[in-house]
Amino acid sequence: MKHLFLGCLVVTVMALAFWGYTENYTTKNTLDNISKLNKDIGLAHSRLRVLRAEWAYLNRPGRLLQLVNANFEDLKLLQLTSDHFARLEQIPYPEPNLGPITEPVEVMKRDTSP
Amino acid sequence: MIRKPLRPLARIFFARSAGENPDLIEYANRRERIEMQHERILRKTQRRLIMMGGIFIISFGVIGMRMTALAVSAPSEPKARATAAQILASRADIIDRNNRVLATNIETHSLYAHPQHVVNPVTAARQLAEIFPDIDAVKMEARLKGARKFLWLKSAISPEEKQAVHDIGDPGLLFGPREMRLYPNGQLAGHILGGTTFGEQGVHSAETLGIAGVEKAFDGFLRDPKFNGRPLQLSIDLSVQSAMEEVLYGGMRLMNAKAASAVLMEVHTGEILALSSLPDFDPNNRPHMLTEGDQADDPLFNRAVQGVYELGSVFKTFAVAQAMELGLVTADTMIDTKRFRWGKYPIKDFKNYGPKLTVENVLVKSSNVGTARLSKMIGGENQKTFLKNLGLLAATPIELVEGPTGKPQFPSNWSEISTMTISYGHGISTSPVHLASAYSTIVNGGTLVKPTVVKQTVPRIGERIISQKVSMRLRTMLRHVVTEGTASFGEVPGYSVAGKTGTADKPNNQGGYHKDKVLATFASFFPSANPKYVLIVTLDEPEDRAGFEPRRTAGWTAVPVGAEVIRRVAPLLGLAPEIETSGQNGLTLASN
Repeated sequence: MKHLFLGCLVVTVMALAFWGYTENYTTKNTLDNISKLNKDIGLAHSRLRVLRAEWAYLNRPGRLLQLVNANFEDLKLLQLTSDHFARLEQIPYPEPNLGPITEPVEVMKRDTSP
Repeated sequence: MIRKPLRPLARIFFARSAGENPDLIEYANRRERIEMQHERILRKTQRRLIMMGGIFIISFGVIGMRMTALAVSAPSEPKARATAAQILASRADIIDRNNRVLATNIETHSLYAHPQHVVNPVTAARQLAEIFPDIDAVKMEARLKGARKFLWLKSAISPEEKQAVHDIGDPGLLFGPREMRLYPNGQLAGHILGGTTFGEQGVHSAETLGIAGVEKAFDGFLRDPKFNGRPLQLSIDLSVQSAMEEVLYGGMRLMNAKAASAVLMEVHTGEILALSSLPDFDPNNRPHMLTEGDQADDPLFNRAVQGVYELGSVFKTFAVAQAMELGLVTADTMIDTKRFRWGKYPIKDFKNYGPKLTVENVLVKSSNVGTARLSKMIGGENQKTFLKNLGLLAATPIELVEGPTGKPQFPSNWSEISTMTISYGHGISTSPVHLASAYSTIVNGGTLVKPTVVKQTVPRIGERIISQKVSMRLRTMLRHVVTEGTASFGEVPGYSVAGKTGTADKPNNQGGYHKDKVLATFASFFPSANPKYVLIVTLDEPEDRAGFEPRRTAGWTAVPVGAEVIRRVAPLLGLAPEIETSGQNGLTLASN
């Protein structure tokens, strides 16, 4: 009985040692992966930052103004002024779409003349 | 183990036959057994003690070794728990109120040298000088041949420059990664942003430190990893700022002014939507401070925040507001406007406005005499308290590092003559930002406004300075200044501008005033019935030379510029015009 118990104990210890060994390497691998991912995220962020900076640089108001002036003939863009605003009632209300008249109804007698 | 019997039969028989006492044998055996037992316990105890000692030695040894290892090893971040900030580890961006980038970082490289590894110092120095115009080939050669083992050559270089240096092919020239602060809009809002510099530099990284403007004021916030790189959102509107700077620059040139500044403020929150001080600078390439000449001419000098000036008649609004608030007068009360002397000082107007004017006309026609009489009714102590409550006697709490340096100047002895001159804006110097917040307070319904450049998420309602009724009456009176008074060029179709002009002679070095140099100010707000924005425009030494003689008063100089600013920025702010404009708007009225 005692031997069996000792045997079981030894096997358990060996199994735990094996599990610990594999866990250790899995963890190390995962950590390496994480740092690689972090590095990738960092690189992606720096690329994103460059793109954002470039976008902001290309869209700086001074450059847009130059472009508007240079392309005035094609675009005809003007500065926003007060007469570009309109009241809601100044906009025509869209005509309701009634569809084609398929069954005309006589509402007045045609042959009646005043 | 075979247990030894206490009374072995053989020995008992022998003892009995020999006539000895057999009990002695038993005693002897018993003693022997007890002795053996003692010895066993002793050994067991000793073994346990040794084991305990061993455990103690091992445990303390492990702890000691771990402590030594921790003490001697270099610290490292835990890999598994890296936050976004640790990954990015860079200075946070600065954005405008519509999320447009005002400041960000880009990765560049620094250039350093290990002179002992430089193969050909002569060629390397010559080629470096070709790439970088500010490097002197002879000096560089001497440095590369010197005894030093490490040299910084450039703190940040562009990718093209890096490639060019790479092409030299010298193993002694090395690159380190560098994060560089970039302001994509160049000079735009340069005074607000300030600029940065490199702090502690290492081969692999360098600290970026703010040196002026919001970069310095929020240095802690921008650098703190705790905030996970959250951007700093300013109240500035990039489009409005750009339009205002463009108009202000044009106005400054047209009016032959040597400098100009403008502040556009939201009247309820104190948010500054645009702030400009000309001449300005590019924060990407911050110039050095002026070491000679007048410091006030330095492009780095922020006139809107740091510059304190006697702003002249724009202060009359405060005297009228206080007199009405105290119930001393109403808008229709007649005030004596005959010129008079106080001691040796004459109190007179720009021109004679007759013997009496209503309080409203004192403001509309800008009568110094009338305002001085009002201030006499108010009293010096009251006036000082009122101006203090408006925030005009202390530096503004604006979140720019230059803020505290814009400290108002006023006489320590608030005498009667000071009370009178201060009522029309002489003898007290404040910055345009002070004026913007004081005007916001007066016209927003009477609650105190503190200037800020950070976007506000919750409404801020300050303490009440004047009553709603007085504030509303003043709006109408200030509107009349534009429709019938000194600021007639301030009319902008659709935006019912109201405001007050101020023309102050500039002080000279002899303690007097220049005859031909003025500071022209237009303090305005719009729309007058329900004010949303306050605009302060200041021109330094303007001169309109279009007529027969040069005109310097604010009505001819600052007002047209202010009106043009409003005409340009009001539509950008989304303000629809209030009255029908006559211009063709491309829309036809719906009719059937």
